[in-house]
Amino acid sequence: MSRLGFMWANLFRRPVRTWLTLVSVMIAFLLFVLLRTVSHSFSEGGGFGEPGIDRLMVSPKYSIIDPLPISALQQIAGVDGVLAVTHGDWFGGVYQDRANFFPKYPVKPIPHFEMYSEYLIDPQHLEAFANTRTGAVAPLAMAVKYGWKVGDKIPIEGDIWAKKDGSRNWEFDLVGTYAAPEDQQQPGVFLLNYAYFDEARDFGEGTVGWFTVRIADTERAAEIANAIDALFTNSLNPTRTMTEAEQARQFMQQIGDIELMMTGILAAVFFTILLLTGNTMAQALRERVPELAVLKTIGFSDGAVAALVLGEALLLCAVGALLGTALAIGAAVVIGPGMEEAMGVFEVSGSTAASALGLSALLGLVVGAVPSFTAQRLSIVDALRKQ
Amino acid sequence: MTVVSCKGVEKTFIKGRESVEVLAGINLEIEEGDFLALMGPSGSGKTTLLNLIGGLDHPSAGSVVVGGQPLAEMSAKQLAKWRSANVGFIFQFYNLLPVLSAQRNVELPLLLTALSSKQRQANAAAALQIVGLADRAKHKPGELSGGQQQRVAIARAIVADPGLLVCDEPTGDLDRDTADEILKLLETLNGEYGKTIIMVTHDPKAAEHAAQVLRMDKGLLVENAA
Repeated sequence: MSRLGFMWANLFRRPVRTWLTLVSVMIAFLLFVLLRTVSHSFSEGGGFGEPGIDRLMVSPKYSIIDPLPISALQQIAGVDGVLAVTHGDWFGGVYQDRANFFPKYPVKPIPHFEMYSEYLIDPQHLEAFANTRTGAVAPLAMAVKYGWKVGDKIPIEGDIWAKKDGSRNWEFDLVGTYAAPEDQQQPGVFLLNYAYFDEARDFGEGTVGWFTVRIADTERAAEIANAIDALFTNSLNPTRTMTEAEQARQFMQQIGDIELMMTGILAAVFFTILLLTGNTMAQALRERVPELAVLKTIGFSDGAVAALVLGEALLLCAVGALLGTALAIGAAVVIGPGMEEAMGVFEVSGSTAASALGLSALLGLVVGAVPSFTAQRLSIVDALRKQ
Repeated sequence: MTVVSCKGVEKTFIKGRESVEVLAGINLEIEEGDFLALMGPSGSGKTTLLNLIGGLDHPSAGSVVVGGQPLAEMSAKQLAKWRSANVGFIFQFYNLLPVLSAQRNVELPLLLTALSSKQRQANAAAALQIVGLADRAKHKPGELSGGQQQRVAIARAIVADPGLLVCDEPTGDLDRDTADEILKLLETLNGEYGKTIIMVTHDPKAAEHAAQVLRMDKGLLVENAA
């Protein structure tokens, strides 16, 4: 029997109580690791890549579900300093199963790839995309993932958009693939031909979700954005224009709020665990006062007995944390592929696992501190007399 | 050779605002290999004297020297180490750890030594063999009778091979036959293994097994009944 074995045996003096505590600690750490992983995936940019420094985004001022008229494109193009304008929209839709989530944008093929020149597409695929009404292109990684090849028909069930005949069954011809920049973790966007989409949809014809603008001089970004918004200030469709970098910054701000929320949830969970585990340890100590006195009698020093009690708290928290982290890693393996579309790579990082173990040590120290101190100060004679 | 020497030992406890004198000046010498029984009414100071000799407590006045070592000069940590090597304790209620098997209870004091795990197990097995419980090594205390539990406690007390055994009412919780078996075992440890034994007891029959009987009353040694 080692000291570790002795601590382990002591922990299971009341097996049901210990198991219940262990499961609580394990669930707390499962939550901790999963939420940290979600937060980490978002903060890594969610795979959205580096925003273009010479691009502006023109969105509806009040809500992303308000459409903008496509006629605004010409007005924006006429603003001094604007080099090019294109547009996009949110298609939504489900491919086979809701778990297969990936963004789908109706775009104008050639202007889109001119605007986003960091995305590489074979000229023949681009030409096919531009010339095929029902054409669509997918990022290579997405095509590989779903086993698509050029020439396949990709069925999408519209959840926002129905067709003029009332059907929600959209079918697109995969005419090509494109490559995303290497630093982009997110698999990218399934692009479909705007002309077909606009013609076939049952409402909203002639509108878009947003415009993307390339400008000549990044120093004038704010001035040009103001000029664009000024065009539509008193219209039915006021706009809000900002650089892609600013949009990314605002997105990150929202993630910051999510992180704050997660931190709040975890703080509440761990406070509860602290009370629960602390109570377990305190109860265990009360039940063992004579035994601890016997340990001291047979030669365990005050420090050795204190270390034993503290070690039990640390062991309980460490085992709970290890089980919780292992479960979270397993869960990430299972649910990760489904999450990657939304937030890029979803896997438990080494730093998250390490922080879980660090937190378990802290929890063990806090939980074990008082019982350990009490055990250290325990008087042998008094404890034996109370038997 | 004198193993235990108590000179002018006094012990006073503070209870609330009152101080209670439990030992009022004990002078006692115990030779190596003695088997001494301490008798006397409850509250006479027997267990307190035993605790002082075992290094579990300090006297309020006087000195306790065990094996040539003045206990008052040792720190709590030094005393703990000294106890682990020199004194074996046997209690009335056995005080075994219920979560550990008999073998592991016996092995417990050896965790403080530098012995290997294998050696600790071998020593514990030998101690259990001496007390006649080798076949119950894997049983937990809850699965053993009172007499068997006390044998395990004795094995735990002797496993580190201390020269001195202090026993506080070792048969107080046992029936007569079982008590006799335990007392015979103590006699064997005294006679064959040379252990010096100090036993506190209320039971005159138990005291008959000792070579020397001392009586205490009101914190003083009042009679040598040997």
